Amino acid sequence: MDFRHFFDSKKISFIAIFAVLTTFSVAKATTYAAPDTAAATGYEAHADEEFEPTKVIMEHISDAHDWHLWGHTSIPLPVILYTDKGFEFFLSSAFHHGEHDHPGKHYTYRLVDKKKIKVVNAAGAVDEEASKNVWDFSITKNVASMFLSVIVLLLIFTSVARAYKRREGKAPKGLQSFLEPIILFVRDDIARPNIGHGYARFMPLLLTIFFFIWVNNLLGLIPIFPGAANVTGNIAVTFVLALIVLIVVNVNGNKYYWKHILMPDVPWWLYPIMIPVELVGVISKPFALMIRLFANITAGHIIILSLISLIFVFKSLAIAPVSLAFVLFMNVLELLVAALQAFIFTLLTALFIGMAVEEHH
Amino acid sequence: MSFDIGNPSIGLVFWTLIAFLLLLLLLRKFAWKPIMEAIGEREKSIEDALTSAEKAKAEMARLTNENEQLLKAARAERDVILKEAKALKDQIVADAKNLAQAEGAKLIEQARKEIDDQKKRALADVKNQVSSLSLEIARKVLQKEFEDERKQEALVTDLLKDVKLN
Repeated sequence: MDFRHFFDSKKISFIAIFAVLTTFSVAKATTYAAPDTAAATGYEAHADEEFEPTKVIMEHISDAHDWHLWGHTSIPLPVILYTDKGFEFFLSSAFHHGEHDHPGKHYTYRLVDKKKIKVVNAAGAVDEEASKNVWDFSITKNVASMFLSVIVLLLIFTSVARAYKRREGKAPKGLQSFLEPIILFVRDDIARPNIGHGYARFMPLLLTIFFFIWVNNLLGLIPIFPGAANVTGNIAVTFVLALIVLIVVNVNGNKYYWKHILMPDVPWWLYPIMIPVELVGVISKPFALMIRLFANITAGHIIILSLISLIFVFKSLAIAPVSLAFVLFMNVLELLVAALQAFIFTLLTALFIGMAVEEHH
Repeated sequence: MSFDIGNPSIGLVFWTLIAFLLLLLLLRKFAWKPIMEAIGEREKSIEDALTSAEKAKAEMARLTNENEQLLKAARAERDVILKEAKALKDQIVADAKNLAQAEGAKLIEQARKEIDDQKKRALADVKNQVSSLSLEIARKVLQKEFEDERKQEALVTDLLKDVKLN
């Protein structure tokens, strides 16, 4: 066999990665200039655009007001706005992908950067002052995808629960036998060793966190319609998860936990340093959870999209096999990461809860 | 282009909170509770089954042990009985032998005595017969001898010579 083409492809991929890095930096420079022109013209030009990987990738990993299917086809999603004058409901198709402004009941709205809804004044310019009074509670792509995952989770686990009732005391079967080891893993390897006695109280939270993150991670890996949203790679979602962990940990903190924070075992004159440090620790633990999940999932999406972008950057079909090989590898890796990040988030949650409820003797 | 990182959208935060809490509540009620209970119950029943199996095994071992003990005891008892029987047999045989010997000896002794008596009697008989016979003979001889007078005188003379009157 001739292995030379492998060397060639390696060289090519090296060049490709180098190229994509340089493209990123160039694209970044242009990105900063872009909003001004977009704001000035009000519409985005579609035809004969220079391919900008950064823009494409950022678009893909960001939230959107419609669920893109292919080409110019996308599923419109409901827009819900809370303004100082009342609620507004309409479909995102009213914006025609940001090409038209939508005259609502209270204001006229414009879709900026495909995801921000701003108020437009009579002169046709964005009114930033009035936009501040508009709160966007739309069912965006991420929200829709998250609802989908919630429905999937409810269907899966209620059916598994039914299976447990139907086959009481018998060996698990089918979906039940696939999920039981995972449930037992969460119980025996995450909850029990970290929380210890009284772990059962936190099992619903830990299991829900684990499967919610896992299913959303997996849905994010699907490149077409039911997936493709970057839910767990969105800081808002990980923020909420981390916030829930923060609340659960501190609500369940016992007197030893609070004593450790407010009256640590150090000389009293160190308190001015120690107490702020401990209080920062209270916040920084869930903060790390938020950043870790967001960064890992987003990074995975960016890498895969970058590799796909290579084909368009080089404008060559020859690069496609190389790109696809790397994408395939990354997808498999992301499958692992999807489960791993769900595991780590759950493990650390259990650990923090365990630290808060630990009894000292 | 701007990115979500520094600016989590309020809508997504709101809907995530609603969706997650709803999911948590629904799953807790309809999934986690029955699932965890079912798993716990099954684990308990398996544990019970294992414990009872272990108990049964111990009981079995105890019974086997007991049986063995009984068997051993029975065997020992059998050995003892056999030994006793053998000793008894030996005793009986020995006794019988002794008795037979004693009886035999007594019989022999009796026989010997009888023989002795018979012999003595026969001897006495023989003696009597011999004495009467010899007396007869002597009488006959003397009769014959002293038929002749001279011979009588000769003898008397002879005898008188021997007497010498001391």
